[in-house]
Amino acid sequence: MALQTPQKTETTAIPFYRDERVLQIAAQIISAVLIFILLYWAVVNFLRAAEARNMTLSFGFLKEAAGFPISNPPIEYDPSMSFARAFLVGLANTLIVSGAGVVTATILGTLIALARLSSNWLMSRIALAFIEFHRNIPLLVLLFIWYFVVFSFVPPIKDSLVWPGPIFINKRGIYLSWPRLTETGPVFLIALGIGIVVAIAAFSILRKKRQETGKKTYFMPVSIGLVVISFVVGWFLAGGSPFWIDTPSLKGFNFQGGMRLTPEFAGMYLSLSLYTAAFIAEVVRGGIQAVSKGQIEAARALGLNQFQVVSLVVMPQALRIIIPPMISQYLNLTKNSSLALAIGFQEVFAVGKIAINQAGRAVPVFALIMATYLSLSLLTSFILNIYNRRIQFVVR
Amino acid sequence: MNNEPIIKCRGVHKWYGDFHAIKGVDIDVYEGEVIVIFGPSGSGKSTFIRTINRLEEHQQGTIIVDGTELSHDVRNIEKIRTETGMVFQQFNLFPHLTVMQNITLAPIWVRNWPRVKAEAKAMELLEMVGIPEQAQKFPGNLSGGQQQRVAIARALAMEPKIMLFDEPTSALDPEMIKEVLDAMIDLAKSGMTMIVVTHEMGFAREVADRMYFFDEGKIIETGTPDEIYRNPQEDRTKLFLSQILQH
Repeated sequence: MALQTPQKTETTAIPFYRDERVLQIAAQIISAVLIFILLYWAVVNFLRAAEARNMTLSFGFLKEAAGFPISNPPIEYDPSMSFARAFLVGLANTLIVSGAGVVTATILGTLIALARLSSNWLMSRIALAFIEFHRNIPLLVLLFIWYFVVFSFVPPIKDSLVWPGPIFINKRGIYLSWPRLTETGPVFLIALGIGIVVAIAAFSILRKKRQETGKKTYFMPVSIGLVVISFVVGWFLAGGSPFWIDTPSLKGFNFQGGMRLTPEFAGMYLSLSLYTAAFIAEVVRGGIQAVSKGQIEAARALGLNQFQVVSLVVMPQALRIIIPPMISQYLNLTKNSSLALAIGFQEVFAVGKIAINQAGRAVPVFALIMATYLSLSLLTSFILNIYNRRIQFVVR
Repeated sequence: MNNEPIIKCRGVHKWYGDFHAIKGVDIDVYEGEVIVIFGPSGSGKSTFIRTINRLEEHQQGTIIVDGTELSHDVRNIEKIRTETGMVFQQFNLFPHLTVMQNITLAPIWVRNWPRVKAEAKAMELLEMVGIPEQAQKFPGNLSGGQQQRVAIARALAMEPKIMLFDEPTSALDPEMIKEVLDAMIDLAKSGMTMIVVTHEMGFAREVADRMYFFDEGKIIETGTPDEIYRNPQEDRTKLFLSQILQH
């Protein structure tokens, strides 16, 4: 304590050009000025060049008729509609393929990670082979393998492959039998939805009660039972099956009914899912293996059963390691969907590319495309980061 | 003290592949006894203590704990684990749970105690090991000695009949060893049955009823601390003791 006084008098005597506090602030100001000058120069230069070449930077063209067709639009679209509408169709395609891809890749990736960790030699080797194959091939190549190679072996429409379901596979795509809601179907969905909400509430209340009182509350069977009951009740309220199965059938030269996945969508969806699943499998495996063996031993030594060891000790710790890289994988998958351009699946980037040719507005279109991906990514990471923050340790 | 040992090991063998880690160990431990196992590293002492609660599987011989034989029967294994507490060299506290949650986890989920009862027990044990004020902290914020004392409290919360200590002070800074040993000495004096793998000779001298010297997977020598220190019979015991007692 006594040493502090002489030190203090000394600091006041430092000349400003040697004072680290002054130097730090000066460095901040100088770098800020430099960056500002650079940005200003870039923007002014860009605007001048744009003007010289008669490029308009306005987004007014979005209201004009697009004039180009989009095959199999997921929302209503025809070439007389606006560029904005075409863009929306592309966005819908991006969301559909990325959404389906994220769900499939997560489930598949987790299963492969578990297979990789399993003590079963064959399972573990198959998982390893899957991971190494998909991780070490560029996504574009994988996409071409699925789209050009696999679909070139698929028979023409007359001799469609028939898989159980029935599912028909031919050059025009994959035709799935698809459950569609009957008129009273929504009643069933509402009943099931209520059942699931009640089951989740019951699970957490009964689990809490179990901890508070030490009495068995059977929170697991009760909540599963509630879902089953709401399923049955909903079925009766709907007056019979809430779904009817829309089976595709060959009428003339084409299939009618069912759910059609175009070869472009199927190729994109499969390659994105498989490719990302390989990375997710490694993320999940890494997370589980990062929980030290000592943690599992300590939990076992306390008498916890296998299920409790996993649910109370391993998973809470593994999840906190898994979530951040998982967010990156989801973002990668979404951005990688822009490769669909190469096989003509018309997601937002492919539509944007056509729009550039049609309207000649490269700058606003690219700005729009970048803004779209940026907001999709920020939205995804925002939502997942909320979850991530909830499960991280409070260490200090 | 009744005449049936609470832990009875007969001809226990353990192999890791071709490596013969434990070569026929016979040990009887009676209720209330404190046993110290010591020996060079790789002598199989940690492996042996870990077979008692089945963290390692023994391949030959019998181990009977409190009348229950360790076999492949999962129910027997879980029963024995609830009756035996274990303290590890690396503490192995659960980093995602507070000190309180670490201690109450097993009483709540295995013993089916109400939370209030488990927490009261936990506070009592934290008082005993001298750190009641740390209850709401996470393990990452505690010193090594404090963490190990929490680990002892966590094991005791299950009200075990037997406590196993696997080199509990080996990962600690010298000034923290004493606080952990003090807690263990209190526990020993309260009549707990304990098996302790340690080289803390002061601890052994103060509370051990019997000591076992392990080398190359076998018991080389056994006796009271007095017999072992004053008058070791085997050359290997003498050599080992001279090496660890020199400094």
